[in-house]
Amino acid sequence: MLIALLVMSVLALILGAVLGFSALKFHVEGNPLVDKIDAILPQTQCGQCSFPGCKPYATAIAAGEADINRCPPGGEEGIRKLAELLNLEFKPFGEDTAATKPKSVAVIDEYTCIGCTLCIQACPVDAISGAAKQMHTIIESECTGCELCIAPCPVDCIIMVPIQENITTWKFRYPSASNPSAANNMAKLS
Amino acid sequence: MRKLYHFNGGVHPPTHKEQSTQSPIVQAGLPSRLVVPLHQHAGNCAKPAVKVGDRVLKGQLFGMPEGSVSSAVHSPTSGTVTAIDMQVVAHPSGLPDLCITLTPDGLDEWIPRVKTDYLTTTPEELRKLLKLAGVVGLGGAVFPSDLKLRPGKKKVKTLVLNGAECEPFITCDDMLMRERADEIVQGAEMLRHMLDADEVLIGIEDNKPEAIAAMQLAVSASSYRKLEVVAVPTIYPGGGAKQLIRVLTGIEVAAGMRSTDLGVQCFNVATAYSAHRAIAHGEPLISRIITVAGNVQHAQNFEALIGTPVHELVALAGTKTGTTAYIMGGPMMGVQLPSDKVTVTKATNCIIASSPALFPPPPPELPCIRCTRCVEVCPAELQPQDLYWFSKSRNFGKAQEFNLFDCIECGACSYVCPSNIPLVQYYRFAKSEIWANEREKDSADIARERHEFHLLRIEREKQEKAEKLALKEKAARAAKEAATKSQAEGSNSDTTTIEALRAQVREIARPETEVPKE
Amino acid sequence: MFSPFITHAGSVREIMFKVLLALTPGIAIYAWYFGPAILISITLASLTALATEAVMLKLRQRPVLPFLRDNSALLTAWLLALSIPPLAPWWLVVVGTMFAISISKHLYGGLGSNPFNPAMVGYAVLIISFPSHMTSWIAPQGMGQLELGFIDQLQYIFAGLLPNGVSLDAVSMATPLDNLKTHLHSGHAMAEIVKEPIYSYLGGRGSEMVALAYVAGGAYLLANRIITWHLPVTFLLALFATAGLFHLADASHYAPPLFHLFSGAAMLGAFFILTDPVTSPTTIRGKFIFAAGAGFLTYVIRVFGGFPDGIAFATLLMNICVPLIDAYTQPKVFGKKGNK
Ligand code: SF4
Ligand code: SF4
Repeated sequence: MLIALLVMSVLALILGAVLGFSALKFHVEGNPLVDKIDAILPQTQCGQCSFPGCKPYATAIAAGEADINRCPPGGEEGIRKLAELLNLEFKPFGEDTAATKPKSVAVIDEYTCIGCTLCIQACPVDAISGAAKQMHTIIESECTGCELCIAPCPVDCIIMVPIQENITTWKFRYPSASNPSAANNMAKLS
Repeated sequence: MRKLYHFNGGVHPPTHKEQSTQSPIVQAGLPSRLVVPLHQHAGNCAKPAVKVGDRVLKGQLFGMPEGSVSSAVHSPTSGTVTAIDMQVVAHPSGLPDLCITLTPDGLDEWIPRVKTDYLTTTPEELRKLLKLAGVVGLGGAVFPSDLKLRPGKKKVKTLVLNGAECEPFITCDDMLMRERADEIVQGAEMLRHMLDADEVLIGIEDNKPEAIAAMQLAVSASSYRKLEVVAVPTIYPGGGAKQLIRVLTGIEVAAGMRSTDLGVQCFNVATAYSAHRAIAHGEPLISRIITVAGNVQHAQNFEALIGTPVHELVALAGTKTGTTAYIMGGPMMGVQLPSDKVTVTKATNCIIASSPALFPPPPPELPCIRCTRCVEVCPAELQPQDLYWFSKSRNFGKAQEFNLFDCIECGACSYVCPSNIPLVQYYRFAKSEIWANEREKDSADIARERHEFHLLRIEREKQEKAEKLALKEKAARAAKEAATKSQAEGSNSDTTTIEALRAQVREIARPETEVPKE
Repeated sequence: MFSPFITHAGSVREIMFKVLLALTPGIAIYAWYFGPAILISITLASLTALATEAVMLKLRQRPVLPFLRDNSALLTAWLLALSIPPLAPWWLVVVGTMFAISISKHLYGGLGSNPFNPAMVGYAVLIISFPSHMTSWIAPQGMGQLELGFIDQLQYIFAGLLPNGVSLDAVSMATPLDNLKTHLHSGHAMAEIVKEPIYSYLGGRGSEMVALAYVAGGAYLLANRIITWHLPVTFLLALFATAGLFHLADASHYAPPLFHLFSGAAMLGAFFILTDPVTSPTTIRGKFIFAAGAGFLTYVIRVFGGFPDGIAFATLLMNICVPLIDAYTQPKVFGKKGNK
């Protein structure tokens, strides 16, 4: 048994190193267009675009296999940026795409959580910590709001909470449309 | 006469400064309650250094500076800490921020104050002292002063002391110069000493003859020979740091540039005063001069403790009916306060009680007619009409290309625009969107990295599983072989080996429950 | 509410009003020399402009009143009326104004968004569509074979009727610019041509006085800082220089530069048309390029082109270039000039 463990850890180490190395290498030689597209995508990793993450979607866009209007978290702003990068026409979200939601984070109701670890496996950015049979928590700053952990939870104890503005993230609003031309000009622009 | 330089544009709004300069500075005294925000300066929020229920002394540390760009916050008087919580602060958002609430005990009992001789202390220690005394720029930007005193790439030739005070209504620096010129001059000499500057030019707009005279007297009475009071033309925004540096030295400090790298630095007169109090008297920054003006009975200047509620301060000047809002700062760059219950901070140089009669709402906004009046007045030499166009159409990349971040938000362009376009508001909107985009980009980068690591981990685990499977099979095969062998040998004594092998198989096949470590 | 909380008194309405005011001396002298027909066409144009503006604002679902009060439509109307012959059928000025306001102003987004000077677009459309109506100008006082009274002018404008036995030729004549061109084409030399009575010291009789009144109006605008000197001065200099060069090279075929400055719509163009802020560059260097280009083109079109005057087409041609000019003449901002 000891030997097996040893062999395994050594193997894991080597494999990890090889993989890490190849990832680095891949990164260097990566398709720059894919990277540019990936840089625009919000990295929510939610899969709403029907691809298993932002990078695969970026790869598909670069290969011309996917439309630029598939990413709800990126919003119309994201489509606009993609359109600009790829010299395409802006394309609004289709009927079948989910609506863009306010940016949220997942919160686990720690009293209900049974510690099944299913959410941990679902999280694309490893933002959930906890061990088997122990209550889990979500590291708020790392959560991308992808909602992938919600479905697997057998006791429905995860909810999405919209991120509240605080004094540092507060933004000046678009100047109010209480006057005649601001509103009109917006209408004209779009 | 010293040669003065010129900056582009500028405007001449009515100054309204006479009202609040009729009487001397009044001590505002102890309010019923003081709410001191921990984030009163540019940079990181200070970390609370007291607990609820603590009895604190005047000048005791409330908040410890956190990181290099931060500053300390102190107790404005002696009393008991009654809360450390989120409260609405003097900020245009109207959002709450971390504050310490102090109930004064009326004793006003100081901490032991340690005097420092600046001549025998190294500049580095003095900078630390200023940081721990919470000295920040009192002109409105509240940038930690110790950071501005760090040596730059070039030896500092000129230290500019800003007493221009160009915004209408505000007279706190004017009154401070009239009444406490000696201490300002001493503070200026300390700052000069720390920077090892060759000269100190004290720029005061020529509509403040009393202040100029008082400062000149203080300079000539002092033993310092490198100080000079310079009257500068009255024009808004001539009191902007960049503009005053330009007028006095001809140097233009571009946006995002450290002025010490160009051999010049600029401090507000009130900051020099506070530096002097901190170094020579051991008093941290716990009060400041605040002009209360606008729709009040007697506009005047108060020396108020940081954390004094705005309504209590305004009451001292006599409230008047018709006041609909309070503005912190001047009418050109000030912010409307979310309520009169918020408290004054180190950034509060003026409180204007505003009424529709005083500041009538602007006529309806019309489209830009490209008249370039805004270009003519822009002190940053921008093309405000282009910035407006790009900001309005959310073309932020283009706005940045057209130097959006060089805009000092002085409001001169909005002031002259015949179409009454709230230009600066569009710039503020664009700037905060760009900052938000940057924050989002940063967190997207982190998410990307974490996701890549996640994929890597999954891949690794898969590999491991495959390895394990292979091992398991091998072990099973070995067990089988052993069993057949032992059977063939007809011996029963080897069951222990088989048991051991079985256990090994079970061990390997155990379900994976490993959890990623944080 | 956000800062700044105070604004400088001054509005689009006031700016446009001052420009209108600055036009009045020119109009008065115009009426004095050429009869009251100009007043009729200005009134017609004004009414049409306001009505069209209101309809367009309604159609575009904009608030009507604030925009109607900004005086910009009136200014377009006046400039157009001043550019076309006053003795023309009423529908000419109406059609021109309607086109200027609806197509070239509102279809491009209304006040502030039109790339071309609306009055000049109106003028261009008219001269292309109805060239014959656009060349019969009233002869100045004491110059025509016959003079029409106010009633006669009214009758002609609205009903196309002239008093018995009077032909249009008898009361109208070519403008000095036109006249010059025709004569030069038929081989006359400059020295002979200018002896004709329609020429005066500076330009054409009567029209030179109108031009001088425009200069006075322009001075008023400069003094009130409604316009800056860059555009008019550069334009006039460029026109003067181009004309001067040709005149120096061949004085018998090219009119003296002063003649060009005081003929046609040169002064109107310099102080009132080119200076339309919406359709001119915003950078100082851009203004120089724009005005110099317009001055040069004006001369070229006048002398070598087929149209009687070059201001309108020169303006429109330069209008097209404005975005480009602006993009290439962005000045360096505070602190970013020297060193790097
Ligand atoms: S002052 Fe106003 S109308 Fe004039 S160019 Fe600037 S933004 Fe446009
Ligand atoms: S607010 Fe900005 S753009 Fe406007 S005048 Fe001031 S610096 Fe220039």
